[in-house]
Amino acid sequence: MSVTSMPTASGSGEDALHIAGEAFRSRLIAGSSLYPNQQVMLDAIAASGAELVTVSIRRMSLEGYEEGPLDLLGERYRLLPNTAGCETLRDALLTAELARESLETNWLKLELIGDRETLYPDVLQLVEATETLVKEGFVVLPYCNDDPVACLRLADAGAAAVMPLGSPIGSGMGLCNPYNIEIVCRQSPVPVILDAGIGTASDAARAMELGCAAVMLNTAIAKARDPVVMAGAMRDAVAAGRAARLAGRIPRLDHAEASSPRLGLIGS
Amino acid sequence: MTPIQAKRRVQAKRRDGPARVAIVGAGVSGLGIGWRLAQAGVGVDVFERDRAGSGASDAAAGMLAAGVECEPGEEALLALTLLGRQLWPAFRDELEAASGLSVGYRDEGTLVVATTQDDARRLRFLTEFQQGLGLALDWLTGSEARRLEPHLKPGIAAAVFSAADHQVDNRLLVQALKLAFTRAGGRLHEGRAVTGLLAQGGRARGLQLGGESHEADAVVLAAGAWSRLLPGLPEADQPPVRPVKGQMLALAMDPARPLLERVLWAPGVYLVPRRDGRLLIGATVEEQGFDGSLTAGGLYALLEATRRVLPAIEDLAVAETWVGFRPTSRDDAPILGPGRLAGLWHATGHHRNGILLAPVTAAALSDAILGRPAMPALAGFGPERFAAPARPLEAAAGARP
Repeated sequence: MSVTSMPTASGSGEDALHIAGEAFRSRLIAGSSLYPNQQVMLDAIAASGAELVTVSIRRMSLEGYEEGPLDLLGERYRLLPNTAGCETLRDALLTAELARESLETNWLKLELIGDRETLYPDVLQLVEATETLVKEGFVVLPYCNDDPVACLRLADAGAAAVMPLGSPIGSGMGLCNPYNIEIVCRQSPVPVILDAGIGTASDAARAMELGCAAVMLNTAIAKARDPVVMAGAMRDAVAAGRAARLAGRIPRLDHAEASSPRLGLIGS
Repeated sequence: MTPIQAKRRVQAKRRDGPARVAIVGAGVSGLGIGWRLAQAGVGVDVFERDRAGSGASDAAAGMLAAGVECEPGEEALLALTLLGRQLWPAFRDELEAASGLSVGYRDEGTLVVATTQDDARRLRFLTEFQQGLGLALDWLTGSEARRLEPHLKPGIAAAVFSAADHQVDNRLLVQALKLAFTRAGGRLHEGRAVTGLLAQGGRARGLQLGGESHEADAVVLAAGAWSRLLPGLPEADQPPVRPVKGQMLALAMDPARPLLERVLWAPGVYLVPRRDGRLLIGATVEEQGFDGSLTAGGLYALLEATRRVLPAIEDLAVAETWVGFRPTSRDDAPILGPGRLAGLWHATGHHRNGILLAPVTAAALSDAILGRPAMPALAGFGPERFAAPARPLEAAAGARP
């Protein structure tokens, strides 16, 4: 039995991901950069089961042309434009408007990078940009630090979900501070989508076990030795992690607890 | 037509091959195919709306790097690129003899350098993958790399040397193919835009050129990044090819004291030293359609990445800057073979391998058009591989509420 067919929410039927009033079956959000070629990209995203696919609109022509990435992805998936490459509030606002006009969606993954070496988010500008964009009618999903307070501030500013990093973008280091991620998940009034740093399938499962509503990843699939097989592994890992979270793990104990009964043995 | 050409043409007809072939596009693919067909006695006309080589052929860097450019997900393409690399020396000899021109083939190999520990890890991952496919690559220390190329900045974390990945001067190649083609009896029509494909009775019959029509028994589509756009192309024969923009520049080195002997790959950039002193620096990879602008960010990224490994470039004059459009198929592999429409042939979608694959493309298409047995390496690279419908919209949409 594949893990994707495991029972999910306790008898309640479908366990959908809800963001801004919309429901998604898949809890994996896929990126569309860095693939060896577009055929591998299409095959891998199909294998991942993703319904939402991010596109870096500053890095591609928004006019759309046959066989271009926007055309190929747009006819298959719901696109989530991101503001990758933006470093100022002004850049992000302009990019957001361009995305809304050309892709006809008001959803936006907001990225505002504060430092080119670490690619860490610029929290000060991020909160302000979120507030402004929400007022402009956008559904904003900000890429942010794994800082519980920053995540709360973003939710206050109207973010539809928060997207804390597991570790630096593209590093493949997994979850550097799982305790923070767990706190963010416990406190956040909006869905938490782990974004950035996933290296392999167990990282994705772990994020879901900690309580994340979804996982967003790109490099771990696109740069894997076999991207299509890795995409399938990620789909299964996200589903397994989600199921384990819903099922409820046993407590961690300091000592062994025999799994065979000790009472009722012959002669006792 | 010389008597010998006339005799060859008769022989070609006798074998039931086409007597007249029209080719759209005078890049290295179109000219190479035309040359081979003309050698076999076929009457060939190549139509080019600009001048020969004005698309990707002149914009390329001419690397014959089947080895270091092989990446995960593209294993199938390796058989073809290795064949290209293998055919190149004999192709060069024959072409130089036929044209009387040098194509600037250089065989010093290709060096790949990593500048940080992270780069070295990525290079190790890629090298192990490539070695696993049987490619001969040598892992070097930074100081070993600097002994090969003394102008490299100290601080190279690791390097890989590929002794079999060479280079050719692609602009000289275009000139040589042009001469070889016309000397073999082919007719090159530069500045003649093809305005439509002529089809009748379920087969290609020739080309429309404004008010004139040109009849042919077979038509070859070799229009690079523009291959989808030929008017009159049936929808089923529109190849899944798009332009992938690349910005490049060339610096002028002293030919007597070049900064580099070999092709060099460094993080974010490659450098190709020519014998005449030009140092080619490329290339951005941009999904920008046919946007032909040079951008500050594009040139800055190339120069910054170069300066990090070869600081002495700061004193060199900028000789040229340009933009090219790679004819990129959906899977980055070329599309070589018969179309759905009888008499129509595809030779496009080469992405960044058009120069490397020039000998393969020329042989493959001319063999196929003349009805000769196909090279085994070509299996799987025809246009039919894209015919299966991709994941339909409904499947994705149905998953949403």
